[in-house]
Order: sequence, then C-alpha cells, then structure tokens
Amino acid sequence: MREHLILRLVSKFLIPFIILFGLYVQFHGDFGPGGGFQAGVIIAAGCILYGLVYGLEALRQAIPQSIVITLVALGLTIYAGTGFVTMMLGGKYLDYQWLAHDPAHGHHYGILIVELGVGITVAATMLAIYYGFAGRGEPTDS
Amino acid sequence: MISANMAALQVAVPLIGAPLCTLIGRGTRAWLFATLVTWFAFAMSIGLLVEVMQNGAFSYYMGNWPAPWGIEYRVDHLSAFVLLFITGIASVVMLFAYNSVENEIAADKHRLFYTAYLLTLAGLLGMAITGDAFNAFVFMEISSLSGYVLISLGRDRRALFASYQYLVLGTIGATFFVIGIGLLYMATGTLNLADLATRLPRLGENFVVFAGFVFLMVGLSLKVALFPLHLWLPNAYTYAPSMVSALLAASATKVGVYLFLRFLFDVFGIRFIIDTWPLAEIFMALAIIAAVMGSLVAITQINVKRLLAYSSIAQIGYIVLGISFVNLTGLTGAVVHLFNHALMKGVMFLAIGSVLMRVGGTRFVHIRGLGKRMPMTMAAFVIAGLSMIGVPGTVGFVSKWYLVLAAIERGLWPVAIIVMATSLMAVVYVWRVVEAAYFAEPEANHEIAEAPWPMVTATWILAIACILFGLTTDLTIGVAQSAAVMLLGGGQ
Amino acid sequence: MDVLGKYSYWVAIIVMMIGFYVVIDRGNLLKKLVGLNIFQTAVFMLYISSGKVAGGTAPILYDGDAPFSNPLPHVLILTAIVVGVATLALGLALVVRIKEAYGTVEEDEIQAIENREEDAA
Repeated sequence: MREHLILRLVSKFLIPFIILFGLYVQFHGDFGPGGGFQAGVIIAAGCILYGLVYGLEALRQAIPQSIVITLVALGLTIYAGTGFVTMMLGGKYLDYQWLAHDPAHGHHYGILIVELGVGITVAATMLAIYYGFAGRGEPTDS
Repeated sequence: MISANMAALQVAVPLIGAPLCTLIGRGTRAWLFATLVTWFAFAMSIGLLVEVMQNGAFSYYMGNWPAPWGIEYRVDHLSAFVLLFITGIASVVMLFAYNSVENEIAADKHRLFYTAYLLTLAGLLGMAITGDAFNAFVFMEISSLSGYVLISLGRDRRALFASYQYLVLGTIGATFFVIGIGLLYMATGTLNLADLATRLPRLGENFVVFAGFVFLMVGLSLKVALFPLHLWLPNAYTYAPSMVSALLAASATKVGVYLFLRFLFDVFGIRFIIDTWPLAEIFMALAIIAAVMGSLVAITQINVKRLLAYSSIAQIGYIVLGISFVNLTGLTGAVVHLFNHALMKGVMFLAIGSVLMRVGGTRFVHIRGLGKRMPMTMAAFVIAGLSMIGVPGTVGFVSKWYLVLAAIERGLWPVAIIVMATSLMAVVYVWRVVEAAYFAEPEANHEIAEAPWPMVTATWILAIACILFGLTTDLTIGVAQSAAVMLLGGGQ
Repeated sequence: MDVLGKYSYWVAIIVMMIGFYVVIDRGNLLKKLVGLNIFQTAVFMLYISSGKVAGGTAPILYDGDAPFSNPLPHVLILTAIVVGVATLALGLALVVRIKEAYGTVEEDEIQAIENREEDAA
C-alpha cells in the first residue's frame, strides 16, 4: 500500500477523527447511543486502518504487541474490580450507588468506569486478533 | 463483606482472577495464583452449601436490582452441590496440574493457559449458580470458548481438529439453547428462571413454548453429549492435555446436566414432562442406548484415554436414565451420580495423565507392566475402576443401587437388568487395563519411575474420596435427596 | 393464519437453514465457519425482530409520549454478537493452526491423514 498516495493521505487525515469519534461514543455513552463495545471497535478500526495502510510494523511501533494483551486483561480487571469495590463499600456486586454519596451520581460514575473497562478490553481484543492473524504469515525474529 | 456476598464471590473471584493471572503471572506464579483462586472458590462453595443446609435456598441480586429485572443468583441444594464438586475437583486437579502442565504445555504459554482455565472455571460456576436464562447462555459460552482453547493446547496436532469439531458442534448447541430462550422470552417476556416457571403454566398449550422447549433440550443435549449428540466428546477428551481432560470430564458435562434438570423440572415442571409428550420415554431410550453403546465401544478401544471418553458417554446415559424415571429415587441417583462419576473419572484421567507424563503415551502398549513401575498410580486407577463397575464400598455402587432401585420402583425390570449388564461391560474394559498393567510384561526395559508426589497425591485424594463417599453416604445422598425433593415439588 | 405478516420470522428461518446447511454440507473448515456465522446471525434477526413495536422509536428520553421498541432483545443480542465474534476469531485461529499442522483445511483430507496415522501406530 506504500505507493498509494491518496490512500495514505486520506487515512492520515481520517484516523484522528475516527479515534476522536470513538472517544465521543465512549464517554457520551451514558447520555445517548453508544458505550464501550461500539467505542472500542471504532478505536480499534482506526488503529487497524493505520496498520493496513502503513504496514504492520508501523502499527507495532505505535502500539507494541506486548501491551495489547496487558490492556485486554486490564480492561476486564477494571470491570470486575468495580464490582469488588462496591462490595467493599458495603453494597452488592456491581451495586453502583455505593460509589458516591448520591445514588444517582454513583450510578453515573459506575457506568462510566465499567464502560471504560469494556472499551479498553474490546479495542485491545480487536487489535490482538488483528496482530494474531496479520502477523502469522511473516517470518518472526525468534 | 465475604459472608454477605459469597454467591457473587463464587463466580467473581475466578472471573477477576483470569485477567490478573495474565497481568502478574510468570511460570510458577501463574500456577500458584490460579490454585489459590480455585481453593478460595472451593471455600466459598463449602460456605454456600452450609448456608443452604442451615437456612434453605436463597437469592443474591446482582447490582441490587431485584429479580426479575436484574440478574438473580439462586443458591439451593442442587446448585450448591454442583458448585461444591466442581470447585472440589478443580482444587485437586490444580495440585496435579503443576507437573503435568509443566510437562505438556510450552513454558511461555503457562500464564495464558491458567487464564483460560480460570475463565472455564468461572463459566462453569456461573452456569451452576445463575437464576437467569440468558446469563446461563453467556456463562456457557465463556466456559465453552475457553474450554476449546484448553483442548487445542494438547500436544498432538489432532487436538486442534478435535477442538475445531467441538467448537462447531458446541456453538450449534449453544445457538439452539439461545433460540429456545428467545422463544420463551417472546412467549412470556421474562428471562428469570423462577419468573418463567410461574408464567409458563398460565400460557397453557402454546406452540412458541413447545418450540422453545425443543430447542432448549436439543441444545443442552449437545452440551451434555447425550447419545446421539456425543460425537464431539471422544476426540476432545482424548487429545486434550491431561489436566483438561480430567477437569472437563468431571465438570463440563455435569453442569450441562444441571441446566437440563433446572429447565426440565424447575422451569417447565413435572406435569409438562409427563403430560405433553412421551418425553420421559424418549430420554429413557436415548439413555439406554448411550449406556450400552458407550460401554460396548469403550471395550474395543486401543487408547485408554479414548476408552475413558466413551465410558463417560455411557455414564451420561446413566445420569439421564435416572432423570427419565421422574421419581425421587431415580433423581437422587442421577444427582448423586453427577458427583460420583466426577470423582471416579477424575481419578482415571489423572492416573492416565501421570502415565502420559512418565511413559509418553496412553495406548494399551504404553501401560503394559506399569503395575510394578507406577504402583501408586495404577492402584488408584484400579480403585476407580472398581467404582466404575459398581463394587460395594465404592461410590459407583451407591449410584447404581439407586438407579436399579428406581427402575424396580417403576416396575421396569428390563431396564434394571440392562443397567447391570452394562456394569458387566465395565468389568470388561476395566479388566483390559488391569490385565495390561499387572499381567503383561513391559515392552522396553527402560526404567519408568513413579509420578511426582503432587500428581500421586492428587490422584489418591480423589481415589480415597471414591471409597469414603461409598461408605458414608450421609452427605452426598442427603443433599441429592433434598435436591430431588425440590425438583419434584417445584413444578407442581 | 397470517403467513406474510410474520415475514421477519420466515426470513430468520430461511437464513438459519442456509447457514445450517453450509455447516453440514461443506468440507472446507473455513466455509463451515462462514455457515456457522450465518446461522448465528439468523438468531440475532429473530431476537431483534421480536423486540420491534410497530411505529416505535428508540427508547431514549424525549418530550411527550410515544411507543418505543423493546430494548432488551437488542442488549441481549449485543452480548450474543460479541460471543459470535469471539467464536469466529477462535475458530479462524484454530483453522490457521490446523493449516500449519496438516497443510490443508479440507475435512476429508485431514481425516484421511488421521486415519493413516492411526493405522501406522
């Protein structure tokens, strides 16, 4: 793809907006349509577009492969960990109202944190799948 | 915090343990962490069983959303019993896993292996504890997907193909299950199992409900490997890593049976089973074919692990047979056989796993003369084999006793005779192993040592449990009987 | 009986059977996965169409009363889609490994290789 000037320029122009849109979907998810699943996929799509146009190696430099697995685990830990925090604060598992003095605020924070975990895991999982398949054919260093 | 949230911790701790295992685990640390998580889950399940036996069944509402809006975790005698033996077997298998996994899995994959294991455990426990139909599907897929990964990590390349076949069939089964839930939801507007149970009788004769029921039963039959939907099982169990074979044989199909019981008796109710179709007769016929065919095919195998896999199909037949009697004795026998079969198959797969590690294969040629070389391992195998036959004093006798009794109670003499005849087939296939291990000369003269002590200890803990629960049946039969009473009373 | 009025169910059933047929009939492991995915997608359609209310809108807060579609099937299917993606990814990963181990992705060729090994052993 290196010789396709238009593709390279257009995607260079688009990728920041794709990721920005992903962040909007992520953090506006509690007021409108959206949430972690969709946002994660959009952000991962932006990253994968970069990988497709500029090559796998360029993407590996931007987002190292070893970090991706850690992010998958981290997102899930944030989600499940929120449940443990609410239990320690005296509530049931994932009972968000204990996260703040005002139950409504608690629900607000709870869903934001949980969706953040979902978003991280989904984006990282998509990238991990892409790395897993795209990196398969090439000769590896080891 | 712990005592009030035991039901949530039972599933949540293995679930959060999985990503943490990836984050912190390297080599031994991953094993140690996964083992501690498993033992904690075991402690939780003991706590839950004690709670249920003292104060009766109780519910836990996720996120404090009351049922039927939120997800309800429901703990009663049956689910507590299933949770107890899954975590119990898993705790023992983890002891075995250290050397076995070291030997069979590449070192850089250990942390991901244990992560997949913890996900499988969380999924199985979730299926057993949840009171929500769709939640059960999600947990079923968590345990199945990570289970496919575990199976595909076997040393033989055939493990890959076995895992693929299991994936295709397992996904079809899970999709049938989810179609069934969808149809029930369309008819009733609820996903909560207790709520479904109260709403379904009001609908009367409803085609949507019937269709949903059939989809659910076919999907679950695939998951429990009931004849003729058992085709994925032999290869999956044969080529999976030893520890995975033991774990899945002891728990995965059992949890499927648990959901089977839950839907059949709790949700649809006993009148639905008896009045609508000759359901009990259909299941009885399939169960008898499974028991006979499974035992016959097991006799002809040349690979001991595959023999055990076919024997598992026969044992699933016994369990479904007990269910199909639809009386107290039969159900007690079925529930207690879930536990008893998990114990004896656990011993056998662990013993054969030790053989694989020391000798390098699991065919009959590999176990020749091992009675002298690996006396402890093979002795444990023989105890489990006696239990499989149903010798008095072992757990196998207890469950067969109840099955035969239930058949006679229903006046089904031929069925009772078939159960005894399949026990004779068990004598044949167990004897083949004993003959090879004790009465054949070893092929090569190279020295084979006894398995490392953690593996022998793990095998023997289960073997002793086989005898212990065969002699003192108060706990197992007591809990199983309470569960059977609940199942039979719940639908009326 | 209103046959055409329930066309969404007919579409779901036909798509489901197409997918199921592909899973059973094709020997190519990749095509089997494609069939499996079509099969699952049909179930998603079945669920989503059951949540539709005639003239209903999305259940988002706004002024005034209006009928809205049942959001629960959508949420359930979002979960089921994720499960489907995970299944597909795992299935494809297994196919890649099978291709590396056996050199083919045709079911009958793999079974022939396995049978030969079984006889040799």
